[in-house]
Amino acid sequence: MRELSLHLLDLAENAVTAGARRVSITVEESPAEDRLTIRVADDGRGLPEEKLRRLEDPFVTTRTTRRVGLGLSLLAAAARRAGGALRVRSAPGEGTEVCAEFRFHHIDRAPLGDVPATIAVLIAGYPTVDFVYRHRIEEREIVLDTRELRAGGEGMDPADPAVADAVARWLRDRLRPPARSKEEDADAQADR
Amino acid sequence: MPKLTVEDLRQIKERTLQATALRHGEARVKITVHMGTCGIAAGARTVMTALMEELAEAGRTDIRVVTSGCMGMCSSEPNVTVEVLGEEPIVYQHMDANRMRQVFRRHILRGEVQTDFALAKM
Ligand SMILES: Nc1ncnc2c1ncn2[C@@H]1O[C@H](COP(=O)(O)OP(=O)(O)OP(=O)(O)O)[C@@H](O)[C@H]1O
Ligand code: FES
Ligand SMILES: [Mg+2]
Repeated sequence: MRELSLHLLDLAENAVTAGARRVSITVEESPAEDRLTIRVADDGRGLPEEKLRRLEDPFVTTRTTRRVGLGLSLLAAAARRAGGALRVRSAPGEGTEVCAEFRFHHIDRAPLGDVPATIAVLIAGYPTVDFVYRHRIEEREIVLDTRELRAGGEGMDPADPAVADAVARWLRDRLRPPARSKEEDADAQADR
Repeated sequence: MPKLTVEDLRQIKERTLQATALRHGEARVKITVHMGTCGIAAGARTVMTALMEELAEAGRTDIRVVTSGCMGMCSSEPNVTVEVLGEEPIVYQHMDANRMRQVFRRHILRGEVQTDFALAKM
């Protein structure tokens, strides 16, 4: 997969397949700490201990080719290549949390890509599932909760492609680095 | 911390596209974009995005666009299934944004099955 945002789509897909009604998608970018984390947590049926161990074995302990399904092994490989790791926490009936950590500045770290496109596709494609998306870039954070939008009334169905498109625009707008004010520019000059 | 509110959304939406009315009642057409891992890796997200744009533009309320898991045909991903009420489902294979737009305009809107990309009737 070329972009981490596609892995996010893939993880959310796993969550919905596991019967999740509510899926949270979190991205944390901390260039200063050289860390990028993506996380998908769901309230689906979860995994029994036994299966969880089999999931983790191939990528945590060894590199051998025990096939456990493409999605998680690809993500585990992508994380390892970029100095990070994949962690899966799960319990039957309690849902699942998959977390992939990367070194932000690692040369082999895949780009994050178009996360808003992933979110728009999910909310339009799974009208009965609630999605919560949080994205933190250093101190800035944006949050989207489709349950609140749905509660907003007539014409605000997030599964309407026109609404999903509006959501993606809003997200892209907010994720752009903020324009610096004149004072900040002056400060930056003085710092040099 | 910026949080997307319904009011924000209403404003952006008014500036851009006319919202389709809520989908009350039965849909006449259902289009499914399959999103297993190989589908996603092969471009299923772009296909879905193009389809959403087409639908938003067409403003039709009797067409439903959804995603679902893998259908087990990795070698022909991205796959898209089109179900028209009263007709046999058609699976389109090796889809991309342009093919999706063509299928939407010709098959969905005009009823001409695009046999070039159709896998077979299911
Ligand atoms: N969120 C989840 N909740 C419950 N089970 C999960 C979840 N994610 C993964 N699993 C389990 O782990 C297995 C492996 O997941 P993985 O994504 O690697 O492969 P897959 O989804 O089966 O197939 P592919 O990703 O190749 O389409 C799944 O088949 C499923 O049993
Ligand atoms: S994801 Fe492999 S066949 Fe659909
Ligand atoms: Mg998967």
